[in-house]
Amino acid sequence: MGCYLLVDFGSTFTKLTAVDLEKEDIIGTSKAMTTVETNIIEGYQHALANLYQQIGKTIVFDKIVACSSAAGGLKMAAIGLVEELTTEAAKRVCLGAGAKVDLVLSHHINNQELQQILDKKIDIILLAGGANGGNSECVIHNAQKLAESNITAPIVFAGNKDASDEIIRILSSAQKTFFICENVMPKLNVLNINDARDRIKDIFVKNIIEAKGIKKVEAIIDRVILPTPHAVLVAAELLSKGFDDEKGLGDIMLADVGGATTDIYSIADGLPTHMNAMLTGLEEPFAKRTVEGDLGMRYSSLGILQSMTPSDIAHYGHQQLDIEKECIYRHEHVDFIPESNHDFIVEDVLAKRCIDVAVKRHVGHLTSVYTPMGMMYHQTGKDLTNVSSFIGTGGAVIAHRDPKTLLQEALSSDQKAMELRPKHPDYYIDQDYILSAMGLLSIDYPMIALRIMKKRIIKL
Amino acid sequence: MKSIVIGVIGADVHAVGNRIIEYTLTREGYNVVNVGVLSSQEDFINAAIETSAPLIMVSSLYGHGELDCRGMRDKCNEAGLKDVLLYVGGNIVVGKQDFKDVEKRFKDMGFDRVYPPGTTIDMVLDTIKQDLGGVE
Repeated sequence: MGCYLLVDFGSTFTKLTAVDLEKEDIIGTSKAMTTVETNIIEGYQHALANLYQQIGKTIVFDKIVACSSAAGGLKMAAIGLVEELTTEAAKRVCLGAGAKVDLVLSHHINNQELQQILDKKIDIILLAGGANGGNSECVIHNAQKLAESNITAPIVFAGNKDASDEIIRILSSAQKTFFICENVMPKLNVLNINDARDRIKDIFVKNIIEAKGIKKVEAIIDRVILPTPHAVLVAAELLSKGFDDEKGLGDIMLADVGGATTDIYSIADGLPTHMNAMLTGLEEPFAKRTVEGDLGMRYSSLGILQSMTPSDIAHYGHQQLDIEKECIYRHEHVDFIPESNHDFIVEDVLAKRCIDVAVKRHVGHLTSVYTPMGMMYHQTGKDLTNVSSFIGTGGAVIAHRDPKTLLQEALSSDQKAMELRPKHPDYYIDQDYILSAMGLLSIDYPMIALRIMKKRIIKL
Repeated sequence: MKSIVIGVIGADVHAVGNRIIEYTLTREGYNVVNVGVLSSQEDFINAAIETSAPLIMVSSLYGHGELDCRGMRDKCNEAGLKDVLLYVGGNIVVGKQDFKDVEKRFKDMGFDRVYPPGTTIDMVLDTIKQDLGGVE
């Protein structure tokens, strides 16, 4: 066994993680600016030079694999029939595949919506609608619309199986690139993620990275195999479940606070723990990812501001913090790095807000119903109150001076009894940002990836 | 296979009859889409859209059916389900009332068939076959 190099082509940075398989540990990490506009190889070579310098020698790697979210990541449109059912199922499949869901459409799509698919430069379209044996009229209409348009993005059909013959006929006669998958919601409220998700991953590797100029790098590395968020999801699932006789951490939640988005992952069944709670709505995925495009420390700092009420802003005003000014400043200066004590206090407020709101949107909720049998509750979404480990990562958490308090306060369920947030988890930090790299490594060496994560993801 | 959406509407948690209906209709060869207890009108309607069910069968045992069912036909029309059949049965009103009045009130609300307390699902099977044009 020798050394592996794991590469993450991010939108801003190309990050390298070198692993010694024998010692089951990380040799070094480095980063450099991503250069996808010119030639992606340049940025990679800068990062590699940094890595060699850090280690003090050059290394011959046995294998170099990469994940990518460069050049806008993987932009998808999710199309379904009813908003809460097949549309939601389609959206969850896209998120599970590591995509950014830039467009969500329900029912019969119209010309304006087709134009949006073109305008937003969607990479892959996921077309769903109808349970098996159910409605096929709508999904056929939508396929027809796509067929008549100039859209060239690959179309993944994962709707009512009864419609698939007709869909094949329509899309092949219009010479569209398309793929037929299992229905994302084969029965009412049953979610079927895997088949469509794996197909999306394949299309990403075969078509999308080539179109974005990322494939060039395969001249000097082995392969680009996953969208980055998917690699993180794979790593989180491994860390939760364990491998063979090496135990995992059990139910986990993960918050990644970035400059543009805040991503939350949960690996747990999320079944009701409350006595009188009845589960309602579409089934939840065991490994769930949500992305909040309006919550981020830089590009999306205005979204944080919007999530605040005037009374919140006034409250910070009393502490001599002009949150409005600070958010606007960060939005306009995305390369801002906090230095003074004041900067750190503001960063703390913003990061806490990102995690708080993103967690609120990720976890399940209870709504009370008065019945003749007493108070009952509807549970929509996952009950994550018993999650045992909460992991923080992303620049704002890593650079924070007291990450444990940050995570604790952001997660606090005071005054939020109806939100099913983790109650008393242990807190961890992914200090070196290794999760995506470990997701990549786990494809060949799950045991080693798991052991490295258990060593490097530190309990606070 | 024809789909039938069943469930218990409103803040009603009576699950046993719901199971019996599911069991019986499945045995009779229907694709039963059960939205379960504590279901809202929207739960029934969304299920019927996705499964193209020609029939929605609403159960209510706790006496508040009249409040829970109000406006359901309008919502079906709004959702594009203008031809869907609506059945309702159970203890659908408070107290002992003349069933003729009750049936009229529910039919005025847009329900196609209204069943009094004590009606079992077996007693309705022939009507279902007739309304849906038999099992395929």
